[in-house]
Amino acid sequence: MSATSGAPMIEVRDLTKNYGSFTALQGLTFQVPKGQVVGFLGPNGAGKSTTMKILTGYAGQTSGSAAVAGIDVQADPVAARQNIGYLTESNPLYEEMMVKEYLDFIAEIRKIPTDRKSVRIKEVVERCGLGNMIGKDIGHLSKGYRQRVGLAQAILHDPDLLILDEPTSGLDPNQIVEIRNLIREIGEEKTVIMSTHILSEVQNTASRVLIINEGKLVADDSPENLTHEEGGTLYVVVAPKNGTPLEHNMVERMLTGLPEVSQVNAHEITDEGALGFKVRYSGEDPRRSVFESVVKENMVLLEMRRHHVSLEDTFRKLTSND
Amino acid sequence: MSAVTAIAKREIRSFFNSPMAYITLGVFLLLSGYFYFNTLFLVGQASLREFFNLAPLLFVVFAPALTMRLLAEERKAGTIELLLTMPIRDSHVVFGKFLAALVIVAIGLLLTLPYALSVANLTANNSSFDWGPAVGGYLGLLLMAASFIALGLWASSLSRNQIVGFIIGLLLCFAFYIIDRTAVFLPASMGSVFEFLSVDYHFRNIARGVLDTRDLIFYFSLTGAGLLLTTRTLASSRQ
Ligand SMILES: Nc1ncnc2c1ncn2[C@@H]1O[C@H](COP(=O)(O)OP(=O)(O)OP(=O)(O)O)[C@@H](O)[C@H]1O
Ligand SMILES: [Mg+2]
Repeated sequence: MSATSGAPMIEVRDLTKNYGSFTALQGLTFQVPKGQVVGFLGPNGAGKSTTMKILTGYAGQTSGSAAVAGIDVQADPVAARQNIGYLTESNPLYEEMMVKEYLDFIAEIRKIPTDRKSVRIKEVVERCGLGNMIGKDIGHLSKGYRQRVGLAQAILHDPDLLILDEPTSGLDPNQIVEIRNLIREIGEEKTVIMSTHILSEVQNTASRVLIINEGKLVADDSPENLTHEEGGTLYVVVAPKNGTPLEHNMVERMLTGLPEVSQVNAHEITDEGALGFKVRYSGEDPRRSVFESVVKENMVLLEMRRHHVSLEDTFRKLTSND
Repeated sequence: MSAVTAIAKREIRSFFNSPMAYITLGVFLLLSGYFYFNTLFLVGQASLREFFNLAPLLFVVFAPALTMRLLAEERKAGTIELLLTMPIRDSHVVFGKFLAALVIVAIGLLLTLPYALSVANLTANNSSFDWGPAVGGYLGLLLMAASFIALGLWASSLSRNQIVGFIIGLLLCFAFYIIDRTAVFLPASMGSVFEFLSVDYHFRNIARGVLDTRDLIFYFSLTGAGLLLTTRTLASSRQ
């Protein structure tokens, strides 16, 4: 392929997009190196689809630049698109065509040589689990199978970059798992950028998360870092060892005294005679020291559970507009 | 296989998969059959002239009817996003659609050949049949159809609505058909310009059996202009 070697697979620089007087993207800049699987997150209207449409050449930017495999998508759209497989958000298909006919058509447009065409279609059909559907009209397929046809179309020419706009939207939980596994498989060899509203999807498939809000990048990190940089919260329940009632202030002072702990609040519990606390910490995991000091003070640790900062929490914090 | 033929092939197949194809072709054949033979019953004489007089008007209606959905439907269904993000030029999409409609028209014309042959048979009894105008007429019809298809395709690219595409296409084709008849109301210099712009005027020239480059240039230019406009409209339909 005509890709410039060494260039990142996606390079978006200072991308701005206006729709009339409305600004959908304002100075978006990011790079995706070859082989990375990137989750592209953001609330409705953040500009995810717009970014993807610019990368695929369906929309033109107002200013800034976008390049795929080192090829500017405006300067040489045909060459740039040769490297891309694209599943659009609405996944429009020719309803009256059979799955087989449709993939044939895509293969012809993509100029896949005739001698390789049928082998390649067979591979893709198998990979996407479409074996029993190839003779069916696309208009008669369920949503999940339509999505598979869209994916099959996107990977047919074995592109280096897959741009997937909400690949699992509207699918049932089983289908989501299957499509997600498929994407993970593809991601072992290819560069993938996928937008989604399902954050757990990103946690399971992507090694990097880009979060945009109102057309601007607000986070760019691994899912692990996005969920751990905050520290976390422990829920701790302690009980007296031999009937002597516990003193709330004493226990609270003890917990606050631990070096990792930043804040301690009372926490409602139902256990008779026991006390509950919500312990916030910012650095190291304090569970070990909590346990040791509770034992040292001659109390019983009835319960201790850790509440992770979820990607949802981070997402909400970064994209809430107040 | 090139992208252009892939698009054309898909379009032709989808046309012949729908019942509308057979209704359209059926009506077309009925009407052209009527044009061929109505003089036979009225005056007892068959000639191609009647058919070639009326066929242009037939194409004014049938060409936009064929083209109305070609791009409007892609825009409405959203499949245009698929086509416009394939590694092909916008003009390839337009050429593919154009080629599909032209092939369908050619099939329609081919199916009227038996009419022409039976008229030739009837005439050949007492005098020899002059094939020049017949060949010229068919060639002229194909050229005219090409220009009407290009105009209709542009009309189809303007909106997501097929009916809008049909009406605009019909008006455009009709304008290029009727324009030389307005020439009589104009000063001679203007009149000849209008005459040159008329699809029907050039058709009458070719149908006489004389192939003049001026007529060919006219059809090629009009077709080219329609396809160029379509490509530009398609490009600007990107978001
Ligand atoms: N063709 C268009 N004309 C006008 N405004 C548009 C157009 N396309 C998108 N927009 C606007 O641009 C903004 C970004 O839209 P975009 O589709 O990129 O969001 P998104 O992040 O994909 O959202 P979602 O999660 O809902 O898919 C939205 O406010 C949308 O209304
Ligand atoms: Mg979107």
